[in-house]
Amino acid sequence: MAHDPSHEPHHSNVDHQSMGMVKEHPTWSTYWKVALILTLITMVEVWIYYIPSFVASRAFVPALLIMSAVKFFTVVAFYMHLRYDHKLFRVLFTGPLIIAMTTIVALMFLFGKLSSRTGALL
Amino acid sequence: MTHAAAHSASHSAHDDTHGHPPTSTGLDNKKIAIWAFIGSECMLFASLISTYLIYKGRSVVGPYPHDACLPPGCSTPLKAILNIPVTSASTFVLLMSSLAMVLALAAVEMKDQPAPTTFGDKLLRSSKLWLWMTAILGATFLGFQAFEFTSFVHEGLTIRTNLFGSSFFTLTGFHGAHVTAGVLWLLTLLAIDYRRGLGPKDAINVDLAALYWHFVDVVWIAIFTLVYLIK
Repeated sequence: MAHDPSHEPHHSNVDHQSMGMVKEHPTWSTYWKVALILTLITMVEVWIYYIPSFVASRAFVPALLIMSAVKFFTVVAFYMHLRYDHKLFRVLFTGPLIIAMTTIVALMFLFGKLSSRTGALL
Repeated sequence: MTHAAAHSASHSAHDDTHGHPPTSTGLDNKKIAIWAFIGSECMLFASLISTYLIYKGRSVVGPYPHDACLPPGCSTPLKAILNIPVTSASTFVLLMSSLAMVLALAAVEMKDQPAPTTFGDKLLRSSKLWLWMTAILGATFLGFQAFEFTSFVHEGLTIRTNLFGSSFFTLTGFHGAHVTAGVLWLLTLLAIDYRRGLGPKDAINVDLAALYWHFVDVVWIAIFTLVYLIK
């Protein structure tokens, strides 16, 4: 019977402990599915960019930001294995990320690019 | 207990093959360092992105990123300079390079397993194939960026033209420099793979390159939305 590695976890002589793995990494098929999801989200992002009525609506910017955030965290969780690795790595990444995002939002308010009433990008 | 945890328990994290003293965390210092580096890079790109967003819409002269001004509103038509179809293609290329990178890491981790029997298995277990694929896709992304920069210069937008040009070229140029560094890193891994072969013991080194590469990808995910799609 043909060996199908796409549905098997990685049974190998890798030093998983020092690499920080606390849970089994995803399988090959998971990686392909994640790629498909990322491609589909990108297609939807570009598609809505070409719908003038949607671009003019208030939902356009939030929709793009949400889709972008989903792609961002999908890559971080599955491809960067943050979902499966030691929590120290999560702290090292999310800590600065929170500071960075807070800085962007604070600067947007400071320079009048965000309205405190609407929360919309001006 | 998961298989990975059970498996790792049977292997000393700091055996003699690595030649390093034990760490207080039990984790490889190199991996902690790359995550700390990625954290610092988050703040670098946050500063560049916020600079772009602050300057957005404040350019006194064109070309502008999105605002197309056509007659009769304007005497001279101003076409939006950003080329969304081209950038969408380059975004897809970079996303696929992340897939190739994660497959390269998986292939290296599986090197000590019994030889693959089917053609599909051989493809999936070939670290050289996936490392080459990642490097080529990264280089293709850089090609798209070179095309974009060249066309912008031909259309009159340079880093000195206006605030949009300054912040745009700085942000995307820094990202392109990171992609270039990533491609060079991948080529060094390929050289090692051809010279002596990459095996499970090298998985940590491939993992470091993979983490850096995926970070470059997630930065582009943010740039694509904030710079190119949001008008």
